[in-house]
Amino acid sequence: MRPEISRSRTLAVAAAGGAAALLTAACGSSTPTSTSNTASAPGITATQVTIGSTQPLTGPAAPGYSEIAPAANAYFKYVNAHGGVNGRKINYTYLDDQYNPTSTATQTHKLVLQDQVFAMFQALGTPTHLSVVSYLNSNHVPDLFVASGCNCWNNTSQYPETFGWQPNYTIEGKILGQYIAQNFASKKVGFFLQGPNDEFGTDGFTGVTDALQGKSLNVDATPAYYTPTAAGAMAVGAAIAGLQAQGVQVIVSFSVPLFTAIAEASAAGLNYHAQFVVSNVGSDPPTLAGILTGGALGKKLPAGLIGGTISDTYLPLLTTSANPWVTLFKSIEATYAPSLPWDGNVEYGMSEAFTFVQALKAAGQNPTRASIVAAVESSHWADGPGLTPYAYSSSDHNGFTGVQMVTVDATGNLTTLGPVETTDDTASGAINTFSGAASTPPASGIPSD
Amino acid sequence: MSTALRGSTLLRHGLFFLALALVLLLLTSFVFDAYTNYNVTEVAIYAISAAGLTVLTGINGQVSLGHGALMMIGAYTTSVLLTWHPDLPMILMLLVSIATTGIAGAIVGIAGARLRGPYLAGATLALAVALPQVPSHFASVFGGNQGLTVVSPAPPAFLGANFSPEQWLAWITLAAAVITFFVLANLVRGATGRRFRMVRDNEVAARLAGIDVARTQVLAYMISAACAGLAGSLFAYWVTLTSPSGFTLTLSLSLLTAVVIGGLGSLTGAVLGSFVLVYLPVKTGDLATTLNLPSNIANNVPTAIYGIVLIVAILVFPRGIAGGIASIVRGAGRIVRSSRSPAALPASPESPSQ
Repeated sequence: MRPEISRSRTLAVAAAGGAAALLTAACGSSTPTSTSNTASAPGITATQVTIGSTQPLTGPAAPGYSEIAPAANAYFKYVNAHGGVNGRKINYTYLDDQYNPTSTATQTHKLVLQDQVFAMFQALGTPTHLSVVSYLNSNHVPDLFVASGCNCWNNTSQYPETFGWQPNYTIEGKILGQYIAQNFASKKVGFFLQGPNDEFGTDGFTGVTDALQGKSLNVDATPAYYTPTAAGAMAVGAAIAGLQAQGVQVIVSFSVPLFTAIAEASAAGLNYHAQFVVSNVGSDPPTLAGILTGGALGKKLPAGLIGGTISDTYLPLLTTSANPWVTLFKSIEATYAPSLPWDGNVEYGMSEAFTFVQALKAAGQNPTRASIVAAVESSHWADGPGLTPYAYSSSDHNGFTGVQMVTVDATGNLTTLGPVETTDDTASGAINTFSGAASTPPASGIPSD
Repeated sequence: MSTALRGSTLLRHGLFFLALALVLLLLTSFVFDAYTNYNVTEVAIYAISAAGLTVLTGINGQVSLGHGALMMIGAYTTSVLLTWHPDLPMILMLLVSIATTGIAGAIVGIAGARLRGPYLAGATLALAVALPQVPSHFASVFGGNQGLTVVSPAPPAFLGANFSPEQWLAWITLAAAVITFFVLANLVRGATGRRFRMVRDNEVAARLAGIDVARTQVLAYMISAACAGLAGSLFAYWVTLTSPSGFTLTLSLSLLTAVVIGGLGSLTGAVLGSFVLVYLPVKTGDLATTLNLPSNIANNVPTAIYGIVLIVAILVFPRGIAGGIASIVRGAGRIVRSSRSPAALPASPESPSQ
């Protein structure tokens, strides 16, 4: 409780300045006009950029996801050790919200009001981040690359400061649905979703059902739901038994890793051999194996339980160590975050951090909150870790627009099933095979512009 | 003047709370930054709810493990009404939430008046566990697990463009808290408070003295719930989101913790306990970051320290912080007096803390 009148006044002036800049900023990533670094925006000094995030470091979504922000921070440490961005070091403050939307709201207020972050970065979770997206936008805080595939982040009129990054759940659901229609046409399809009324579950459900429309598949239209809390974990067994009773043979699961693991373990316990088709965010094999073998479910279970699960990816396969992105990220991890395992969460965190550095570089020598938003909207970055290019424009705040189907075997090895495919999140939008080439990282490992 | 002050509790309390309001007004306006105002708002919200709970548990002797659920009723009353009519004034929302939660409290109180000790605790615990499940079953009204978004009240234009919404909400919440404490302080000092205490201390004696025990218990529950409803409504504006995740069992237990840590039965204790509840996690979180521990340890440090502090606090201050401060003051007074005149006897009346 220190007297800090001047601080709040600076904030107000900066907010007013930011609003004025928004009105006048016609085009974004302009060439730097000055040669020295200035404190050009809240959270930016001549030598430092402070960004913030809310992450499930503890609680029901922590297994796996708690590694994402430390991994991103490892990439930032690597960039900082190589001179930072325009001479500024990136200071990444991530706070624990336990995947509880109410905590997200209070922690985000702390980041904006006390830590005075320049921007939010990779704030994790659909229900959690939905609780603060209006607050961030009305305060003109850039809300970059939300770590969630909710379609809601692409809403340029209501949320001009907010950007998604991973393919949204409807795009992902459509491509998963197409695979099901092509390969499991004779089987009964059911759903295991986070919800009800959770956009993570509903957006995915929409995508899959869009793709199954008119395909005369036998679909169990009432999904089984789980609540991502400790009490919710107790109810998963009953939900899976319900799907078994309905004769469901293919379970489409939009779930966080802990609940995917509980669902697959419950099915195995019921001697129920359904085919699991799991959204990318809930399917990382090392994470699931860690939950199963670590005894988090009350007893140690074999990792091989997840063998045969079908999922998708929009980043290079973890297990292809010859991929230059995998090589780069693994070498950074070895130096800057050796305690983390190499898994999909680490690859995700570092990839997203790479995109952030691209955006920060493009925002100019002295970035403002308006200039970084404009820089992402006008981005035409050729290189990036994604299997597809970014879709960002002034009217589109989606990141990647496609995925490649994969399957995991009992030892956790991933194999691709067909080409990379892209689509949009409309019901009628066609699914196309992506023909572009994969990009390679710059030699320095740091985006060049 | 001094005799008037001694004679009239109402006048004495009125002057005290008026002075308190003035101090808070100056602090929130000229000393606190936006984030401090945001935290002080949280303290005030917890204090309102904890004050209600301390009247119920500390003064009337009824345990409630379900006060979080009562706050939830207040928060949802406000949020649902605002979803239907976004332009309704905040003062109306606060009053309606007080009313609905008060009625809900009376119903719980009628059931509660038939129950004693662990049975009452169990029944109220069931409320705290069951109520957060309701929104997901009536999702069209309550927004399901996702919850309902609430817009924080905008400061009126005459306060200027630089007046932050955090400061405005701090003003409103602290005003509500001062009024609540003024009302409760008078209530517990008056006839109603004496009836509450008598029912707590000896039901048979109370009945012999002509007190309707059940009615007194229901009234205590209703007053306590009305406070929780006010706190819940303010909580909705403060978080800007009303979802079941805000009203877990942890909230109910935290409120009880605040009341016990602060000093059971003491309104000052409710405020002190609320400070602990809000600032302890903030400070331990900062500590965990500065210690530079491995992330899987650092993530759990705040919860661990919180638990340790609670255990130590109960061991050192069995009557809570307010009780601890009171005995330190009395002890110091005795030392001072005995050093002045060794013959004097300690003359402190062991009155129950207010």
